[in-house]
Amino acid sequence: MRLTCPLCGPRDRREFYYYGAAVYLDRPAADAPPEAWDEYLHLRDNPAGVTQDLWYHEQGCGSWLKVTRNTVTHEILAVDAVSAADAAEEAR
Amino acid sequence: MPDLIAKPALGAVAVTHAGCTLAEAAALTITALAPFPGQAAAVGAELGLAFPAPNTVSEGGAARLVWAGRDLAFLIGGAAPERLAALNGLAAVTDQSDAWVTLTLTGPPTVEVLARLVPLDLRGTARGQVFRTGLGHMPLVLIAEGADSFTLMTFRSMARTAWHEIEEAMVKVAARSF
Repeated sequence: MRLTCPLCGPRDRREFYYYGAAVYLDRPAADAPPEAWDEYLHLRDNPAGVTQDLWYHEQGCGSWLKVTRNTVTHEILAVDAVSAADAAEEAR
Repeated sequence: MPDLIAKPALGAVAVTHAGCTLAEAAALTITALAPFPGQAAAVGAELGLAFPAPNTVSEGGAARLVWAGRDLAFLIGGAAPERLAALNGLAAVTDQSDAWVTLTLTGPPTVEVLARLVPLDLRGTARGQVFRTGLGHMPLVLIAEGADSFTLMTFRSMARTAWHEIEEAMVKVAARSF
């Protein structure tokens, strides 16, 4: 398995650390109801198909990456830097 | 402050197997420069070197600016960190000279040796390229110096392990060349 890091280029899976579902980027507000926090912390989809998760380029540039991949075909559809997504959101 | 004695990480004698030589490089000043948001170009301008794009090295005289990660470059062989006052407000500056061990690997089978330890295809690399990657499980800054010539930087605390792993790979490549 290879991921194409936006900074480093195509790299082997062993350079990366898997964190979990990309849902972790959408943290509820501090005063959100307990159900929202329960969902954020514990409830995950387990799709047969396209899913998004977070990876850290640990033995590389140190970027957090949002990887879009297909659990059925094992295709890697997109690798985006989380920092770029943050910047785009701030600009909005 | 007392005068401290600078010692090499290993003090090792160079070894050669099948035309590939592993040696410890002279310890140079290594300063990590992490530009504050949007200040990368200004940091480069202060130093008279272009702030390196990912995977590249900027060279000028004895100093070079080596890309070392997201928004991070190492100034190697340049002015001592305490003389970089001009960078105040532009970048976070950290002296890392004693945190890294620098090794050189040269000779024709170098790419074959590194192929055993580094998860990259290094055929066809040219001077001016740098890779932030791994040497086995150790972090690595791998600088291409030209044909069959690389500079490897890893954490100084792992210097003996790195040396051992690389020499082991050299011996195994040598064993296959008969």
